[in-house]
Amino acid sequence: MAVIINKDTRVVVQGITGSQGQFHAGQMLAFGTQVVGGVNFDKAGQEIHGVPVYATVHEAVAKGGANASIMFVPAPGAKDAAYEAINAGIKVLVLIPEHVPTQETMEIMQYAKQYGCRVIGPNTFGLISPGEKAKMGIMPNHIYRPGPVGVVARSGTLSYEIAFTLTNAGLGQTTVIGMGGDRVIGTNFVDALELFNADPATEAIVMVGEIGGIQEEMAAEYIKANVKKPVVAYLAGKAAPAGKRMGHAGAIIEGNRGTYQSKVEALTGAGVKVAALPWEVAELVGKALK
Amino acid sequence: MKLYEYLAKRMMAEHGVPTGGGILCETPEQAEEAARKIGPCAIKAQVLVGGRGKAGGIKLANTPEEAKVRASEILGMNLKGFTVDKVLVDPQIKIEKEFYVSITLDGLVKLPLIMASAFGGVEIESVAHENIVFSHVDITTGLLPYQTREIARKIGLTGDLAKQFGKVLIGMYNAFRKYDAELVEINPLALTENGTKLVAADGRFNVEDDALFRHPEFPTVEEGTELEQKVKKIGLAFVQLDGDIAVMANGAGMAMGTLDVLSAYGGRPANFLDAGGGSGVEPTAQAFDALLGTKPKGIFVNIFGGITRCDLVAEAIIQVKKSKGIDVPLVVRMVGTNDVRGREMLAENGIEAYTEMGEAARAAVKAAYGKEA
Repeated sequence: MAVIINKDTRVVVQGITGSQGQFHAGQMLAFGTQVVGGVNFDKAGQEIHGVPVYATVHEAVAKGGANASIMFVPAPGAKDAAYEAINAGIKVLVLIPEHVPTQETMEIMQYAKQYGCRVIGPNTFGLISPGEKAKMGIMPNHIYRPGPVGVVARSGTLSYEIAFTLTNAGLGQTTVIGMGGDRVIGTNFVDALELFNADPATEAIVMVGEIGGIQEEMAAEYIKANVKKPVVAYLAGKAAPAGKRMGHAGAIIEGNRGTYQSKVEALTGAGVKVAALPWEVAELVGKALK
Repeated sequence: MKLYEYLAKRMMAEHGVPTGGGILCETPEQAEEAARKIGPCAIKAQVLVGGRGKAGGIKLANTPEEAKVRASEILGMNLKGFTVDKVLVDPQIKIEKEFYVSITLDGLVKLPLIMASAFGGVEIESVAHENIVFSHVDITTGLLPYQTREIARKIGLTGDLAKQFGKVLIGMYNAFRKYDAELVEINPLALTENGTKLVAADGRFNVEDDALFRHPEFPTVEEGTELEQKVKKIGLAFVQLDGDIAVMANGAGMAMGTLDVLSAYGGRPANFLDAGGGSGVEPTAQAFDALLGTKPKGIFVNIFGGITRCDLVAEAIIQVKKSKGIDVPLVVRMVGTNDVRGREMLAENGIEAYTEMGEAARAAVKAAYGKEA
């Protein structure tokens, strides 16, 4: 079992002919994901890694049976491409690009809501369900294994580090979800917690958070009221100064909002075990599952 | 990116918001000329710092001659680290009451948020929550007049003033959308002319950096230290800190985590640097070279290769070592894509590389300070 994507997920790659799209389509296929095609209006009819390139997302849905899309489209074209996917009936949309203007992200989210489409990102590494061989993202294939841990993270590389220590400790994953580092994102901690909580195969949940915003604090409230499964968290940015954007658009302490301390207190208060160092996450999960 | 008050007001005036008709001046003579046109005036330094009034950046003048003298006092003055090279000459107005109104991006609700209050003129953070009206705009339908009427009533405006307020709000919203703002604020929105007219007495307008590619019309304001600007030009996220161990990692979260781990072992990080996902050899080498230029006590490189290839990071480091030499202790931790090759390349060039993050961080602290912290 897994959440959001599984073996029945049929993926179309928007922007498959670009270098990133091409490379990652290959990696997703190698992982065993059903990539049913790609989209490029001017290169329709070609094949990439043996899958067809369609002119529009509508065609990929009609002819290829796509029900999910991963977008490798540069930020200026992201809104148009996202609207196209949503309008074509895509139900899971993964927005890889960084630097999408926030007002356009807001428009995408509002439009997706009207069509019942789940959005992951933008500025995300995507998501992966190892036991289902389903991957929609840019993460390295070899660091994941099937298992009982659900992971949701704001950042990519740091979550790779943590997923890899889990795997090395014999703790595989149901699904690993990258929320994205932007201020406005489609699927957040609370959404992911809700899904993992309801997923019978997920026995423990790992949150990889960071300074900025109040997503972790809201997650803590949700956990307190709803989650009985063990939750372990690691939060980045303890050493970060206030008022400075630490790479991600959302990773900034504004006034006394979004501090490391406030997040640790909220999560600890909700019964979450907060790891002080990244590699301690696997130990804490191991203990919780004993 | 923040815009100067005069530009903020220009963007709003373009969309029908009354802003008082101030004149931008760069010399005392221009200020004198401006005062001749508009009468008694306020001369306001155009700088992007708060509290400029208290710092002497706003002065009143009743005659053109006085305006010239006051402008000459303000122009060239240093306000909290910024030299004033422009002043806005605004008409003096008699204010009956001050309102507050702004539009921002609410990341949680994922919609633009209007905030309005009858208790303006002070920072909104100091206004009690129950005295602020919060109202989200459905970004796919836009701001309609009915919503402005609802807000107007809640802050005590009726009749013609409610209509004026609606015009202000819709003008602000249209400017907010057109210029991809993350903040449009009028504080105070002043009630003048014996309570018959609303005027924007001050304005703030922040354009989102990610949308600047669509707005070449705005002059760029360089923010950050010289080093921050230099690394930003390479295209990487960089923040200068006050420590003495330079840090390079790939990915924003990983870079933050690296600072935390280094600090946990007693290291003092000199910077945050996200060397990016899949950057080539050249930008990585440039960034590494920039770090070296800060004369740190040590350098710690922490790479978890995904899209980033460890062998290319190794190549970048070796390139800098060969061309310029690395005269400070360097500790590298490298795992992930092509890590074995990367570590071999480094070893061939006399640089030791670790696989465990904690062990590497501890070694970096020891190498930099000559002892365990």
